[in-house]
Amino acid sequence: MATIEVDQLSKSFRGLVAVDHVSFAVNEGEIFGFLGPNGAGKTTTVRMLCTLTRPSAGTARVAGWDIIREPNQVRKAIGIIFQEPSLDDRLTARENLRFHAMIYKVPKEEAKIRIARALEWMELSSRGDDLVRNFSGGMKRRLEIARALLHTPQVLFLDEPTLGLDPQTRNRIWERLLALRAENRMTLFLTTHYMDEAEYCDRIAIIDYGRIIALGTPTELKARLQGDQVVLMTADNLRAAAEIRRRYGVEPALDRENLRFQVADGAQFVPRLVRELGVPILSVMVRPPTLDDVFLALTGREIRDEEASEREKLKSRLQRMGRVWR
Amino acid sequence: MIDSACIHMVWRRDVLRYFREKSQLYGSLTRPVLWLFILGLGLRGGYREVGTVNYTQFIFPGIIAMTSIFTSIQSAISIIWDREFGFLKEILVAPVPRTSIVIGKGLAGTTLSLIQGCIILLLAPLVRVKLALVNILPLILVMAVMSFALTGIGIVIAARMTSFQGFGTIMNFIIMPLWFLSGALYPLEGLPWWLALLVRINPLTYGVDMIRRLVLGFSFYSPGFNLAFLTGFSILTTMAAVYFFNRGEY
Ligand SMILES: Nc1ncnc2c1ncn2[C@@H]1O[C@H](COP(=O)(O)OP(=O)(O)OP(=O)(O)O)[C@@H](O)[C@H]1O
Ligand SMILES: [Mg+2]
Repeated sequence: MATIEVDQLSKSFRGLVAVDHVSFAVNEGEIFGFLGPNGAGKTTTVRMLCTLTRPSAGTARVAGWDIIREPNQVRKAIGIIFQEPSLDDRLTARENLRFHAMIYKVPKEEAKIRIARALEWMELSSRGDDLVRNFSGGMKRRLEIARALLHTPQVLFLDEPTLGLDPQTRNRIWERLLALRAENRMTLFLTTHYMDEAEYCDRIAIIDYGRIIALGTPTELKARLQGDQVVLMTADNLRAAAEIRRRYGVEPALDRENLRFQVADGAQFVPRLVRELGVPILSVMVRPPTLDDVFLALTGREIRDEEASEREKLKSRLQRMGRVWR
Repeated sequence: MIDSACIHMVWRRDVLRYFREKSQLYGSLTRPVLWLFILGLGLRGGYREVGTVNYTQFIFPGIIAMTSIFTSIQSAISIIWDREFGFLKEILVAPVPRTSIVIGKGLAGTTLSLIQGCIILLLAPLVRVKLALVNILPLILVMAVMSFALTGIGIVIAARMTSFQGFGTIMNFIIMPLWFLSGALYPLEGLPWWLALLVRINPLTYGVDMIRRLVLGFSFYSPGFNLAFLTGFSILTTMAAVYFFNRGEY
């Protein structure tokens, strides 16, 4: 039996369909990823699976329990790292962890050991008794991750867990998650925008407008794009794009500096391109497809870099609070 | 329903934060002191005596009640902050019954309100009110029941309110009327009929009256009636708090 079984799960908010009849299953010990652009319905799905939001239709079972009829059993089995902040910043790091251990009924002595270990793991030992409000964003995130693991959940939900963390920290966190999976058969359900993080997943569902539009292992998904990605920089990208469209019948994607498109055999194509293109080429590169390319091919859009919009959200949040304090 | 670890955690967190935020403590003590001395002394001249007490003495029980009202409702409303800053999710996703969260909040509000109330009680000698020692324990009990009831009101408000913009509204439309219509500032005899009616349907009236009985030795209603009303009120608001907190989407 699968650890997470999702059956026609849907959620709408006053007419807006956030999650649209989604079905999938996640096996024990699997790392399952949700990949999708802003507003795709990732967080809403996680919130439903975690019993925080009631589905409008459909249901799901987590660790064998029904999320609607047996929410408390589900809660016992899961841990979650929320996308949005969830610490009490007027408390110290250690207090945040201690309170977590309390409501999850970790015995006191055991909790002490785990808290010390968690702080050490996240390199927060020296700041354990500082108020969380004085922490940097990355430190808060590390604390949240350590907290979610404190009660050794059977199923861990991670909603963009490593957003805003530096690469070393992300690596260390992933090492630990992989180790926990190996030790305890912990099941991981994560949402992410980072392609390299998506590569850790055993399977990935690509979600857009509340629907799963593709599901498979990263290798399978990439194999769907038969051929190679050509990344090209020219003296005039717009003109080059028009010419490529006309001459080879492919639609290049344009970003700030590059043109990108797919061809069946990159090695054979490049010499031809260099010979035929009327616009001076500054650089050309051929590489195998990434999940980014898969996403682009499926949706016609790129997964937008999330950090800018996160910053926007934070800003509006702070403004809201400012109003309250004034 | 009753999860003692959860109740303990919710309670402990609020109390811890209260003692950490000294400014909140001092701030909430200046208000009653101002009311007691400025209003009490200012209005004393125009006041006809009730029994043998002067005006400052008369409003002293009301000031204690005010402290309870403000502290307990404010404490419960911290749920809105928790929602805004995200910590509420952490509690709601934990395997704990909602009822226990409500009880923890209620006990926290009651504790803080009792601490503040007891500090005000210490001012008794300044307004020449003599407290009988035997009355102290019953007094604390009455304050506790009243505070628990008020925390319930606060939780209902917090569960129903989606933004914090309404705090001023709550002050103006709930806290102040509750207090002004409780007979805390004026005797309950000889009021215009509509005011008498409002005062009579205000559950706080009976709390204030009971406190008055224990502090000043007289009351407008019988202690039994006051206590029955207060207890009923407390049960009712707790039930409402549980109901609305359970129903709220977070
Ligand atoms: N409480 C709510 N009320 C109304 N609409 C909501 C609510 N929560 C989410 N939505 C809407 O549902 C849609 C999906 O939101 P969701 O947060 O699940 O997206 P997401 O995939 O997590 O996006 P992101 O990458 O930005 O985190 C969005 O259009 C959003 O506006
Ligand atoms: Mg999200």
